[in-house]
Amino acid sequence: MRLSPDEIIFWQHGFIKLNATILFTWGVMLLLAVGSKLVTRKLSTDLNRTRWQNLLEIVVTAIMKQIEEVGLRNPKKYLGFLGTLFLFVATAALCTVIPGYEPPTGSLSTTVALALCVFVAVPLFGIEDQGVSGYLTSYVEPTVVMLPFNIISEISRTLALAVRLFGNMMSGAMIIGILLSITPFIFPIVMTLLGLLTGMVQAYIFSILAAVYIAAATRARKPREQSSEA
Amino acid sequence: MLIDWFTVIAQTLNFLILVWLMKRFLYKPILHAIDQREKLIATELADAYATKSDAQKERDEFQHKNEEFDRQRAALLNKAMDEAQVERQRLLDEARQAADDLSAERQENLRNDARNLNQAISRRTQQEVFAISRKVLMDLAGSSLEEHMLDHFISTLKAIKGEEKEKLTAAIKATQHPVVIRTTSNLSASLSASTEHAIKETFGMESQIRFETASELISGIELVTDGHKVAWSIADYLKSMESGIAELLDDKTKPGAGVGPAPEDGHGA
Repeated sequence: MRLSPDEIIFWQHGFIKLNATILFTWGVMLLLAVGSKLVTRKLSTDLNRTRWQNLLEIVVTAIMKQIEEVGLRNPKKYLGFLGTLFLFVATAALCTVIPGYEPPTGSLSTTVALALCVFVAVPLFGIEDQGVSGYLTSYVEPTVVMLPFNIISEISRTLALAVRLFGNMMSGAMIIGILLSITPFIFPIVMTLLGLLTGMVQAYIFSILAAVYIAAATRARKPREQSSEA
Repeated sequence: MLIDWFTVIAQTLNFLILVWLMKRFLYKPILHAIDQREKLIATELADAYATKSDAQKERDEFQHKNEEFDRQRAALLNKAMDEAQVERQRLLDEARQAADDLSAERQENLRNDARNLNQAISRRTQQEVFAISRKVLMDLAGSSLEEHMLDHFISTLKAIKGEEKEKLTAAIKATQHPVVIRTTSNLSASLSASTEHAIKETFGMESQIRFETASELISGIELVTDGHKVAWSIADYLKSMESGIAELLDDKTKPGAGVGPAPEDGHGA
């Protein structure tokens, strides 16, 4: 039984290979990039604008609002990373309505890649905000004893991110595949709809968790600074 | 193995490329458009506020002018009302004065009319009374009346006392002319003799007495000597009555006494 689109390999040359995950990811990337380009080609700056522009503005401003609500004070700075995370996962899930398509987020390789990006981005944003020493100090808070636990926490939450997304997306595709073989009518459609909902929820959870981690990294020292100032 | 590390690397790269693409084609243009629109809206709002402020200022100015206009109008109206009031008062005073003048003139006319009427009535009454009296006395002028008149005259002479009597006696005694007794008609011889006797006895005189007739006496008798005259005549009573009537009429025609007919009190004039 095939668990991941990684297993569908179209071309391989030693270590390098072109599987369904990478192909569908390119498809999603193409869709997002071309779609954005088409809509933003003729952007209106006055009060009259197209429906597509309205849609994209709503999406972008909603993402920014969510980032801000998590606690990041300058959402534009994190919009590129967090917004793209959300849009990629959400689009990958929405495209499951296309027959023959398999979501690249149903591959553990993709989710690990995304989790690794978060794993790297969090300290990067933290260091940018607090400096290297400031960020590293947060690992020995409140005492040095907590250092290994903090490191374990970083790794485990990254793993959890990857596995959570993979498990949800893979299970959705699996359930639909199994149901298609058992009851080919009606019920798979309902499950597909449920899968769409699950995909959207997962996209939200993934990007919000990433935002929370970044927020935690950038604001780790803030309360103590405030208390020392007081 | 679920994790294919080449795929992981490729997906990481793919994701980073996607981040760049999204920044390039989605976030930047969209955020730029939103910023531009917000600027536009802010500008328009500022313009709207400025316009509103101008409108408010103009409205205040207009309101101020309106209030000023109202105040001026009220002042003019008040002034006009005051002038009208003064003019009205003046006209009323004039009319009242004219009415008073007219009323006074009318009252004066009425008073004149009443006075004239009273005088006419008075004259007429006097004439009538005199005419009646004359007629009555003429009709009654007989020996008995003249006898009574003479008796009364002699008793009047006798009633004169004191200084007056002395003066009269002295005048009668001193005169060279005879004492004249005037009557309305000729006296009979007996009456003349008794009269002469009575006079001589009263004044103790010796001189002659002459008897004359005088029609203007109207049933009267008078004794005339130098500078003195003693007379009794019904004309005296008539004169007294005439003056009484005239006084009464004057009282009636005085202002405030009323010009209407006198109330009937049963006395008559």
